[in-house]
Amino acid sequence: MTETLNIPPRWRAFIRRGSAMVWLSGAALALSLLMMVGLVGYIAAKGLGFFWPSSIVQVQTSEGPILGEISAQEKAHGTDPAKTQFRVCNRDLFGQDYRWVPSADIQDPQRPADAVLVERLENGPFIGFIQDGSSGETLVLRAVDGQTLEIPRKHIVRIVPSNALGVFGKSRVYASRLWEFVAGDPRESNTEGGVFPAIFGTVMMVLLMSIAVVPLGVVAALFLREYARQGWVIRALRIAVNNLAGVPSIVFGIFGLGFFIYTVGGTLDQIFFSQKLPTPTFGTGGILWASLTLALLTVPVVIVSTEEALSAVPRSQREASLALGATKWQTIWNVVLPGALPGILTGLVLAMARGAGEVAPLMLTGVVKLAPSMPLDASFPFLHLDRKFMHLGFHIYDVGFQSPNSEAAKPMVFMTTLLLLLIVLLLNLAALRLRSRLRARVGGSSF
Amino acid sequence: MDLNERPVIPEPVPTITEPPRAGEAHILSQQGTPLTDRAALEAPTMVSVKDLNLFYGRKQALHGINLEVGKNTVMALIGPSGCGKSTLLRCINRMNDLIDNVRIDGHVRVGQSDIYAPDVDVIGLRMRMGMVFQKSNPFPKSIYENVAYGLRVQGVKNRAVLDEAVERSLISAGLWDEVKDRLNESGLGLSGGQQQRLCIARALAVKPEVLLMDEPCSALDPLATSRIEELIFELKRDFTIVIVTHNMQQAARVSDFTAFFWMGKLIEVGLTEKLFTNPRERMTEDYISGRFG
Ligand SMILES: Nc1ncnc2c1ncn2[C@@H]1O[C@H](COP(=O)(O)OP(=O)(O)OP(=O)(O)O)[C@@H](O)[C@H]1O
Ligand SMILES: [Mg+2]
Repeated sequence: MTETLNIPPRWRAFIRRGSAMVWLSGAALALSLLMMVGLVGYIAAKGLGFFWPSSIVQVQTSEGPILGEISAQEKAHGTDPAKTQFRVCNRDLFGQDYRWVPSADIQDPQRPADAVLVERLENGPFIGFIQDGSSGETLVLRAVDGQTLEIPRKHIVRIVPSNALGVFGKSRVYASRLWEFVAGDPRESNTEGGVFPAIFGTVMMVLLMSIAVVPLGVVAALFLREYARQGWVIRALRIAVNNLAGVPSIVFGIFGLGFFIYTVGGTLDQIFFSQKLPTPTFGTGGILWASLTLALLTVPVVIVSTEEALSAVPRSQREASLALGATKWQTIWNVVLPGALPGILTGLVLAMARGAGEVAPLMLTGVVKLAPSMPLDASFPFLHLDRKFMHLGFHIYDVGFQSPNSEAAKPMVFMTTLLLLLIVLLLNLAALRLRSRLRARVGGSSF
Repeated sequence: MDLNERPVIPEPVPTITEPPRAGEAHILSQQGTPLTDRAALEAPTMVSVKDLNLFYGRKQALHGINLEVGKNTVMALIGPSGCGKSTLLRCINRMNDLIDNVRIDGHVRVGQSDIYAPDVDVIGLRMRMGMVFQKSNPFPKSIYENVAYGLRVQGVKNRAVLDEAVERSLISAGLWDEVKDRLNESGLGLSGGQQQRLCIARALAVKPEVLLMDEPCSALDPLATSRIEELIFELKRDFTIVIVTHNMQQAARVSDFTAFFWMGKLIEVGLTEKLFTNPRERMTEDYISGRFG
């Protein structure tokens, strides 16, 4: 065989030494890293530039002057001529935010230093000039076609004279917009403003889910590994649990809706909140039901990793404990669980990563486009588990695909995605830190 | 240690001329003098094994064992690998219960009670026994918590009691001076020999009536080994000890009695001095002189 293939001896030695495998696995690792970096880089590039003030260009066309930011350019395709897209804003005057113009039609591009972009609470931003800024109450603005507009000052978020700003000034605008995005409330059906309620909802839901999933998963794993008689029943059960991880998440959503909301929630309402019926309290979607549904969705992950961690606790340590007269439960509580804790937390990290990114089951169990109030606030009893909530994953779907003005919202989708990735990363880092601290405390070498 | 050296045997105390009575033997041993042959022979029985058969599944690991261990004496179990020494040791505190498919018949008595009687409290039994395993197995906890573990599971919460027990046990295990400044550090941070002494201290903390040691020195250097042997010698005053060892010199040095096992059978048991100098069985002689096994 080798003679017909005629591999040079150098290569044969290379393969025999196993170097080929090393290179192959290295290449596979590099490829997956590249894909990760590419994905995150693409999202970052698309999203992060959005807040940077771009220059406002004024051009002359056959249909009159245009003032706006250049948002896209298209080369000529066959009979279609090359086109340029302007973000002209002034939705209330022009009826649209964006305009395509044949590039050949564009003449005399300029960057007027006095052009401003005014971010408003309503109707999207305005691009034009300040006609009269003398009044303390209102501001008179003039669009490029001569129409004027008077808007109250309290409707103005910020005025950005993009062409007049230096790098430092632009950086300040960038920082202020970024802060508004992270810490502000959404406006204009989520296409503007911030996503703070969604961040809050996501984090809170993941934390509630963690609180539910860890005890559930650990108890189940303890039963499977420590108490149950190992036989075919337990083997079948274990396979079932593992397969549960592969059930489509929407199925869990339906289960959450049917069981938690209608059955459990409906019963709670009849017993405790009957005076409010027919308005449901717990009998409708809410953060509690969504968290519990996600806990069910992610519990197989926790069970599997806890079982592994339990079986990794050395038998000799269990024997040492039992030989000292400890009961089985004392041994589990004092020796086995502490030894397995790092592994349990690994399971939690995986569960959180999975749970934070799920959207489908949430849509059935309590996520909304715009929540009127947060699930945690200053009014008694502070924690409102029955409230609906916002979620970054759903926010992405909603802004990107359900909003009337999806063109304007595109960068928001990328920024929200980036933020969701960041939050998952932060939650994971927190759990990993906890794990390494625990490991340091228990002495490390055992696991 | 020179392997060809003749085993060193504790010198009998020459001042005792009259054979002491059983009660006196106990008092004498508490004063720290090594037991004379006679005293050891007359010590009241602490552990007695009668007609013990043990099966792992269908395979029989112990065949009709009969053995008695006197109070405050040291019994050494020797024999080739796989002959059932550990198995017998684990019968005495019912650690074999943890293994599936084990069947045991016969009787084991500790003190006055038959430990395989149906109504026996296994947890309570194990509290009365200390066990040191072949391989050191400290918990991934602090040194203090390792030693205090046995008392804690018994429900002792009083800090002063725990402190006292920890200090006493670490002193008797010869580890106190090395660790007294870092009791709150992990037990896994100790060296192998220190870990084994930690495990001994852990077993001593509950003041067991019987101490079962399964090759406690197999992972130790000669210096640590001789420390543990001294320790066993001291511990004999307060405890009854059953020790498994592969080291003939060690068996000769520390034990009052030696039992030789072969293929799950007890071949010969007797005073250590007699067994090593003048064995009854040919097989024993071959084994201790290194001709097989
Ligand atoms: N858990 C078990 N299941 C089945 N057989 C076992 C088990 N433990 C021990 N045995 C068998 O019982 C016999 C005695 O084993 P044991 O561990 O008591 O030997 P040992 O004398 O302590 O040997 P060593 O000196 O090597 O420690 C061996 O043949 C062994 O294969
Ligand atoms: Mg053994």
